[in-house]
Amino acid sequence: MVNVDPQPEPRPLLQMQGIVKQFPGARALDGVDLEILPGEVHCLLGQNGAGKSTLIKVLAGAHQPDEGQILLDGAPVTIAHPVAALSLGVATMYQELDVVDGLTVTENIFLGHELASAGFSQRRAATRRTRELLARLGHPDISPHKEVGQLSAAGKQIVQMARALSYDARIIIMDEPSAVLDSGEVANLFRVVRELTREGVAVVYISHRLDEIRQIGDRITVLKDGRTVAQNLAVADTPTPDLIRLMTGRSVDQVFPPSTPPTPDAEVLLRVEGLGLKGTFQDVSFEVRAGEVVGLAGLVGSGRSEILETVYGARVATSGTVEIAGRRIRRGSVSSAVGAGIGLCPEERKSQGLLLDEPIYRNITLSTFTRFATAGFLDERGERRAAREQVEALDLRPHDVDRHVRTLSGGNQQKAMLGRWLVHGCKVLLLDEPTRGVDVGARSEIYTLIRDLAAAGTAVVVVSSEIDEVLGMADRVLVVSEGRVVFTGPAESIDEHQVLALVMEGSAA
Amino acid sequence: MSEQDVFAKPSPSGAPAAKPDDASAVAPSRRKLLSGSAGRSVGLVVALVVLCIVGYITGGERFASSDNAMTILRLAAALGVLSIGMTFVITGGGIDLSVGSVMGLTTVWASTLATQTMAQDTHWIVMVGVALAVGTACGLINGVLVAYGKVVSFIATLAMMVAARGLAEMIANRQTQQVKVKPFLEFFRANILGIPALVWMFVLVAVAGWVLLNRTTFGRRTIAVGGNPEAARLAGVNVKRHTMYLYGLAGLSAGIAGVMMLVRTTAGSSTTGTGYELDAIAAVVVGGTLLIGGRGTIGGTVLGVLIFTTLTNVFTLNNMSTSAQSVAKGVIIVVAVLLQQRFAARGRAT
Repeated sequence: MVNVDPQPEPRPLLQMQGIVKQFPGARALDGVDLEILPGEVHCLLGQNGAGKSTLIKVLAGAHQPDEGQILLDGAPVTIAHPVAALSLGVATMYQELDVVDGLTVTENIFLGHELASAGFSQRRAATRRTRELLARLGHPDISPHKEVGQLSAAGKQIVQMARALSYDARIIIMDEPSAVLDSGEVANLFRVVRELTREGVAVVYISHRLDEIRQIGDRITVLKDGRTVAQNLAVADTPTPDLIRLMTGRSVDQVFPPSTPPTPDAEVLLRVEGLGLKGTFQDVSFEVRAGEVVGLAGLVGSGRSEILETVYGARVATSGTVEIAGRRIRRGSVSSAVGAGIGLCPEERKSQGLLLDEPIYRNITLSTFTRFATAGFLDERGERRAAREQVEALDLRPHDVDRHVRTLSGGNQQKAMLGRWLVHGCKVLLLDEPTRGVDVGARSEIYTLIRDLAAAGTAVVVVSSEIDEVLGMADRVLVVSEGRVVFTGPAESIDEHQVLALVMEGSAA
Repeated sequence: MSEQDVFAKPSPSGAPAAKPDDASAVAPSRRKLLSGSAGRSVGLVVALVVLCIVGYITGGERFASSDNAMTILRLAAALGVLSIGMTFVITGGGIDLSVGSVMGLTTVWASTLATQTMAQDTHWIVMVGVALAVGTACGLINGVLVAYGKVVSFIATLAMMVAARGLAEMIANRQTQQVKVKPFLEFFRANILGIPALVWMFVLVAVAGWVLLNRTTFGRRTIAVGGNPEAARLAGVNVKRHTMYLYGLAGLSAGIAGVMMLVRTTAGSSTTGTGYELDAIAAVVVGGTLLIGGRGTIGGTVLGVLIFTTLTNVFTLNNMSTSAQSVAKGVIIVVAVLLQQRFAARGRAT
C-alpha cells in the first residue's frame, strides 16, 4: 500500500476506515480507507467492479457497511439511510441522472424537502432559492419553472448539483459527471467545482478520464478489488502510468493498439450515400472498407449517433441509401440490416442493448438464437456453447454464461454486446460510445478487440465524444458538426485541436 | 511487456477457444434455474394444498371425491386456456382486457351458426373453426392496433372488450341459444381415460404453451420483447410483428375457451365470459408472471387458475356467498404479489 501523506494537514472532514461490505456471493468492499479534506477535489479511481459504486452508496446511506467506521469531523457517525446522509451534509450525484422529468426545476431541487409553512408550499421562496442556486452554478439562464424533461443532460446535471447545494452539502459525490457532457459543458462543470471547493465544500470525483483528473483533482485514492491500494496521492506528483499500474496491477505503456490500415483494394463493405434524416443531419456519404476503422467525431447533438442509428435502420432515413457489400438495405428496417450483416452496439447499453434480467448467454445470442434453432425449437445447449466461447475469448467476467447481465460491470456488459455481434459474425460493426462507463484497463482491451476485428476483415465505424479516442482508434476520421460532415481524411492528417476547431466553427455558423 | 502480451486474446472472429467441458458447466446452472422457478412455485403449491385441506375439513367427502376433483378441473379448464394466452401477452409486456368478451362473442357466433344459419346440418368442425377464427381475428385486430397503431394495450383491448360484447349482443339479439348439434356435444363430452375431454384440452394447451414459451424462438422473442423492447428491436427482432402475434395468440386462446364454454353450458350467450379477463389476469399475476413483462411462467399460471377455481369450489360447497369469494380472491391476489416482490428482491440480491 502506497501512502503519500502531505505535510501538516488540515483536519479531515470525513474518514472511512476499514469499510467492508459483503453481498451474497461477493465481497464488494474488503477494507476500504478514504480520507477527505475540506475544500479538496478527491478523485476516486478504480476499474469497474473495484467497488467505487458500492463505496459511494455506503457514503450516501444506500448500503450499510458490515465492518469499519465512518468519521465525520472526527466523530463516528452512522449513515442509516439516504436522508441521514443529506442531513449530515453528504450529497450524491449519481451517474444516471435521477431527476423527475415531469416536475419543474424548482420542484426537483426541493423534492423531499419542500419549503412549506403550515403545510402550504412556499412556491415563491422556493423559486427565489432556486434562482440563487442556479446563478451560483453559473446557469441563471435555466428557468426555475421549466420542466426538467426538456433540459439537456448537462442541464439535468446542473439541477442535480443545485439539489445537492440546497441541502447545504459539505461533501458532494459526483459519479462520472462528465460522462454525459461534451467538452464545453465539462469546462463549466469544472468551473462550478472550483467555486464549490473555494467555499470549503469537498468534492469526491469519480471519472474514468485521467485527463480530467489531471485538470480538476487534488488528491487520488485508488481502489482495486474492493480494497484501497493507494491513498491520498497528490495528483500533480503521480505519473499516469503509475495510476494505471495501481488500478490494473499491470503496466500499460500505450493505450491504443497500432493500426493496420486496409489495403486500397479491400472490398467496400459499407457504402453510405447522401444519407439524410430531416431536421437532424443531411447529405452524409462515406465508405468503409474491410479491415478499416472509421471514426465519427463531433459534439453531443451534432448528429453523430443519429447517423449510426440511421445507417442501422433504427431510424427511417428521409433520403439516401445504405449498401452492405453491394447490397442495398431497406430503409428503416433493422431486421434487414442485421440480416445483411450490420451490428450496432448502442450508446445506452442498458436501455437499448441488454436484457438485464436475462442470463449472459441469452444476451449474446439475442440476434442469433433463431440461427441455432431448428424448426422454431431453441438449441440452448448450442447457444450456451457459442456464448461460452465468446465469454472466454473476450475474457468477460465472470465466466458464467448463466449470470444475469445486470450484475456485470460496464466493461463486461460492453463485452457481452460485442460478443453478440461476434457470434453473428457481422461484416460491418457500428460502435456508439464503446467505452462509455468502461474503466481504463477494460478500455484498452476493447480497443484491442476492435483492432483485432478490423484485422479479421470487419468494417468498423466508431462514434465517441472523446476526440483522442476517435483519433487513436480510427484509420479515417469524419468530423460531424450540426448534422453535416465537415471533414473527411486519414486520422494522421488531423489532431485534436484541429478537430475541436472544426467542431466549434461549425456550431458557431 | 508488449501490448499483445498484456491483452493476449484469441482472435475474436469467432475463433473457438479451448472447448469447455460441456456437461459439467451446464448441469449445475440448469439445477440452479430449476430451483429458482420451482422456489417461486412452491409457495403456490403450498397455498393449493392448504386450500384443499380447508376444503376437506369443511366439506369432507363431498370435497375429497374424484367427482368433485373433476368438477373443479372442468370449471378450471376454460379459464385456464384463457390464462395461458394471457400469460404470453403479459410476458410480452402488454395486457389484454378483451379475452372475456371475445370468448363470449365466439360462443355466440358459433351457436348462431348451429341454431340458425346451418342448424342441425352444422358439422362440429365448422363450429370449432368459426370460434377459433373469430377469436384469432379479434386478437389480431388488437395486435395491429397496439403494435402498428401504437395504441396503449390497455386502451386498445378495453375498446375491443366493449365492442366485442356489443357485437355479441347484436348477433344473439340478447338471447341464449341452445346448441343441439349432437356430434359436437358428444365429441367434447367424452371421457378419455376417465378424464373429461375439457380437462384434456386444458392440459394440452398448457403443455403446448409451456413448450412454446420455454423451448421455441417464439417464446424467446416474447421474453425479449417484454423485457426490453428497444434492445430486442436493435438486435433485429421484429418487435411489432411479434406483438401482433401475441395478441392473436390470446384471441386464439379465447376462441378455444369459447368452444369449451359452449360444450360445458351447451349454450351460446352474449354474457358468457363476463369478468373472465380479470380472473385470467389475476391467475397469471398470482402465478408469478411479471406484470411489466420479461418473465412468464406457464406452470405458475396453471397453479394460479387451480387456486382460484378450488377456492370457488370450497366456498360453494359451504354455501358461502359469491361476495365472500370475491373478498377472498382479492386477499389472495394481494398476498401473492407481496410474496412475489419479496422473492424478486431476494433473487436480485444474489
